[in-house]
Order: sequence, then C-alpha cells, then structure tokens
Amino acid sequence: MAEFALPKHSKIVKGIDYPIKSDAENTKKINVYRWSPDDDENPRIDSYTIDLDQCGPMVLDALIKIKQEIDSSLTFRRSCREGICGSCSMNIDGTNTLACLKSIDDVKGDINIYPLPHMEVIKDLVPDLSKAYEQLTSVKPWLQSKSEPEKGKSRKQSPTEREKIDGLWECVLCFSCSTSCPSYWWNGDKYLGPAVLLQAYRWIADSRDENTDQRLEELEDSFKLYRCHTIMNCTKTCPKGLNPAKAIGEIKKLQLERK
Amino acid sequence: MVNSLSQSCLKKVIKMQSKSNGVVHWKLQRISAIAMIPLVIWFVSSLVFSLTNTYDQSVSWLQSPLNATGLVLLFGTLYFHAASGLQVVIEDYVHNEGLKIMSLILIRLLSVLLGVLSILCVLKIYL
Repeated sequence: MAEFALPKHSKIVKGIDYPIKSDAENTKKINVYRWSPDDDENPRIDSYTIDLDQCGPMVLDALIKIKQEIDSSLTFRRSCREGICGSCSMNIDGTNTLACLKSIDDVKGDINIYPLPHMEVIKDLVPDLSKAYEQLTSVKPWLQSKSEPEKGKSRKQSPTEREKIDGLWECVLCFSCSTSCPSYWWNGDKYLGPAVLLQAYRWIADSRDENTDQRLEELEDSFKLYRCHTIMNCTKTCPKGLNPAKAIGEIKKLQLERK
Repeated sequence: MVNSLSQSCLKKVIKMQSKSNGVVHWKLQRISAIAMIPLVIWFVSSLVFSLTNTYDQSVSWLQSPLNATGLVLLFGTLYFHAASGLQVVIEDYVHNEGLKIMSLILIRLLSVLLGVLSILCVLKIYL
C-alpha cells in the first residue's frame, strides 16, 4: 500500500532553540527541518529567532542570515535569489514555493520550513531530484525536427504560434508542483508529474517541433500521463503562477483527437 | 560511474511505458459518467414518483419496454463505471504487485457478476 505513516527513523523530534541575543523588537521565529546523513539521528526542527530590521524581505534572506550569523551548518540550495534559477524550492508555511519569492511578511506567526515533500532528503532542505531530472530527460525536452531551417536562418514562428508556448516556457523546473501532487507522492516512479508533463507539452505546443505525434505516443500510458486526477495542487502551488494542470488537460485533449 | 548510474536510471524511467491504452480507459470512464447523469436523474425521479405504488403497479412499471431499457442501460453503465473507477483507486494506492493484480481481477469479476445479475432480474420481470 501507499505509505501514509513515516518510518520510525523519520519521525521528527524537537531540535535546538536559538533565541535572539540582542533586544530587537521586530523579530520572527523560523523553524527549520534539519537532517544530516552523517549521523544516526532522527530529523529535528531547529528554531532560530532573527531580527527582521537587520534582514532582507524574503524567506531566502532569512535563511542566508541564519547560515551566516547563527548556524553555518544549515544546508539549502540557492543561486539567483530572484525566481529564475529554481534552486531554492522548499515547503514554506505549508506550501511549496521558492524561498526567494516568498515574502517574510506574507507568513503570519512563525515560519515553518521543510524540504520539498515526499522526496529523499540529501541534507536539511536539499531534496534528491535526480529521479525527477531523469523523468525530464525521458520526454526529450529539446527541439526535434527532421526538416532543416533555411541555411543561415533561424526557424520562423508567427506571433500566434509563439503565444502558444506562453505560460509554458517560463517554468524554472523547481519541482514545487510535482512534489505537491498526491499522485506523484504515491506513484512518483511511474507518473511523470506536473513539472515534466508541462515541459512535455511545451514541446508538443511548439510549432517548430516536428515530433509531436511521437511525443504524444510516448505519453499515452495509464501511468505516465493518466495518474493526473486534476487535483490542481500543482497550479495552486506554482511560485511562477503557471498552470501545469491545464497543460496536462491539453495533452489529454490531444490524445483524444489522436485516437 | 556517475554517467552509468544516471543511464540506468533513465532506462528505468523509459521502461515504465506500459502501452496500456491510457486514453481508452480515460475516455470510457468519462463517457460512462456522462451517460449516468440522465439515467440516474430519470431513475431517482421515477422512484420518488412511485413511492406510493403497490407491488402490481411497480411490476407493470418495469414491464414497460422504455423503463426496462433504461434500467438495463443504468445497471450496465453503473457497474462499468464503478469497476473502472475502483481500478484507478487500486492502481493509485495498492503497490504490492500481487495484491494489485488480485484485487483488479476480483473487482472485474464482481462487477460482471453484479451487472449480469441485475440485468437478468430486470429481464425476468419484463419477459
């Protein structure tokens, strides 16, 4: 059966409390999931209280402040700090999002931060995304075409054709959507998940790609595509405001037309 | 080493293609759902209107060809839809392969049994 309870070694315990040392008034408590592969300990929640007057506006700023000033062992991915690289995806205040796009002020009370749900954890807030990347590779997310473009020219696309991939190309592959999807939790080994299906549709919808039928054929599978039960968590959680559920719906429509 | 590891992982993802006609199942499930909307409305409203009917009146209601056809269609769609819905639930949540196949077979057999039984009951009164 699907596993609804955590294994014994995954039960989260209370961790270390780092109270604020100064007499700052504008403070916020941040509870962070901590787990290290190097010892035999259960995961724990460490609490850091920080001075918001000495911190940038986003949750990522708070995490960087904690790492620099309180606890350098805190581990998380981050790079661009402006919602383009997709590295700092994590579960903040119960929702998967990018830490760099989530404002501290948007969270009432303490901020609870966990890694993306239902993925193997490498350390602290760093999930193992290698399986998700392989799934992405399996849909061949690049332009496939038999015809050659006019010599020395780029492939032409009309403004209307170009509009069809709006809302698709913006995906930064943070996997917030896939890891919010219960279907992906239960069948993540066979179901491709919203992030990868949105990428698949991005190339199906691209007028320059000539492998559309082959792409649809490869997705025509009761697990790869049809584990989507339109739960809509993906669309609700997407930090870039995209709609993976709609992209999946479009693929299902095209499958109907094909058969 | 890293390369060969990721290669085998990609192989696993690609191999998972079951070619089990996802679109056919998806389509039939939706068609049966749509078909059941008028059928259920008709059946429930007929039940409500015939609440005070006597036994003989109910039997004669069933002996009308229109009503018998409606009931046979309703039972057929109902059990088909229930079986395909339960199949999805089992595929979602039961991860033990043996148990999964057993329960899928059991559900199909049960739905055929109940469907045939229900339709025969209608026919017995009708004929």
